[in-house]
Amino acid sequence: MIHFNKSIWLCCGFLLAIPATAALAGEVKSGYEYIRPASRAMQDDDFENPGLLAVEQGQHLFNNKQNGAGKACAECHGKDGTGLNTKSIARYPVYSENNAEIVTLQKRISRCRDAGTDSKTLPTDHPDLVALETFVRNRAIGEAVNVQMDGPMTDLLKEGEKLYRTRYGLIDMSCYQCHDIYPGQMIRGQKISQGQGNGFPAYRLDTGEITSLHQRIHQCLSLMRAEPFDADSEEINLMGLYIMSRSNGLRIETPAVRY
Amino acid sequence: MQFHKTLIPVLLACLPLSGMTSGQDGLPDDYCRWEVVEYTIMEPLCGLAGDAQRGMEIVSDSNRGNCLACHQLPIPGIEAYGTIGPPLAGIAARLSVPQIRLRIVDWRNINPMSIMPGFYRDPRLINRPGEKYRGRTFLTAQQIEDVIAYLATLE
Ligand code: HEC
Ligand code: HEC
Repeated sequence: MIHFNKSIWLCCGFLLAIPATAALAGEVKSGYEYIRPASRAMQDDDFENPGLLAVEQGQHLFNNKQNGAGKACAECHGKDGTGLNTKSIARYPVYSENNAEIVTLQKRISRCRDAGTDSKTLPTDHPDLVALETFVRNRAIGEAVNVQMDGPMTDLLKEGEKLYRTRYGLIDMSCYQCHDIYPGQMIRGQKISQGQGNGFPAYRLDTGEITSLHQRIHQCLSLMRAEPFDADSEEINLMGLYIMSRSNGLRIETPAVRY
Repeated sequence: MQFHKTLIPVLLACLPLSGMTSGQDGLPDDYCRWEVVEYTIMEPLCGLAGDAQRGMEIVSDSNRGNCLACHQLPIPGIEAYGTIGPPLAGIAARLSVPQIRLRIVDWRNINPMSIMPGFYRDPRLINRPGEKYRGRTFLTAQQIEDVIAYLATLE
């Protein structure tokens, strides 16, 4: 352990020079591999997984019009989302050439909601949007995450990685330090995972709530006694994008059960 | 963000192994300056004396030191601890008090890659501190000295 840390120190110049693609030298592993067996069993059981409540809520919002006006999602995408393309869902967040911006799955859903109905735009991470996101992403369960990494994404991912490797808050650590150097080690009673995005929105045992990836990032920043990124800020979008790209190849598990 | 990117290298360049040399500019009034001499901090922070009993409470309190998040410590009745840092049993036989002091105050002063937080780090070096934590250190000078007094008992 001590020896390991000393070598990191000596190699720090070298470490800083490692390019983005080599960030996780080892195998990419889902958070599932790191949680306790009891939590895994909970996730795998269709009656025990508390995240399925959000799936049901999302399903209801999807199939029915809100505020009695406009269109329900189901009118364009089929009852229970049978018309949704699971391969496309696994691509999110995507880059929109038209608006030159990152579009998260939740943002995409929110815009569909606005276009199809006359109800008011909901703020990011509103419980209804998280429920819809959970439902839609759950349609693609088992599909491999497949975020675009070339073209316009190349530079955005570099910026995301820079944020990922920046230290924040009084604890003054970076996401990279915990989730790339120490996965498998214990932090108090919990095993540190690689901080992957494939299970999100996920049910968190700690808070007892269904949690979007951006909310999880927010919670990690608060834990570090740092000022979290504002919802919809460029930083949170870049960070969310980078994290999901690290999960490429992992199966979608939404709603995962996580600590 | 931009501000911090430039601030940190500039400050680090000014104070590599020399501790605090600038005035109190931007520092809270109660922040006591400290100086690194040969990989140690010789003088107790603000000249305070530590209390080992209080120190033991601080290292296990998740709202204060929370050293147990990363280290195993020989405290009876504690089961959950971290394995990120080395176990601290016998630490006083391996390190002198001035060496321990630097490690807790701000080890990054000499090892910028260390993951261990600086518990009395210059608040100006902290990037994006939460609103409640601006201009603050993780532990107070008294708490730091208490923790050191406790670790000094672990021979
Ligand atoms: C008026 C028609 C319409 C309504 C109503 C609508 N959508 Fe869409 N939806 C679209 C169109 C058009 C696209 C763009 C095609 C694309 O991006 O793949 C789209 C794309 C999507 C995508 C991305 C799928 C993919 O294959 O990339 C999701 C997910 C989605 N909608 C969910 C929803 C949800 C959830 C609602 C309701 C809250 C909703 N939609 C309401 C027309 C609609
Ligand atoms: C986030 C993780 C973390 C926390 C919290 C933490 N440490 Fe550490 N500590 C480490 C690591 C890792 C090392 C090994 C050296 C390195 O990597 O820089 C270490 C090393 C040490 C050492 C030197 C051990 C040796 O054998 O050389 C001492 C003493 C120490 N820590 C004391 C403390 C005290 C006291 C606290 C709480 C007030 C604390 N640590 C909190 C991660 C942590």
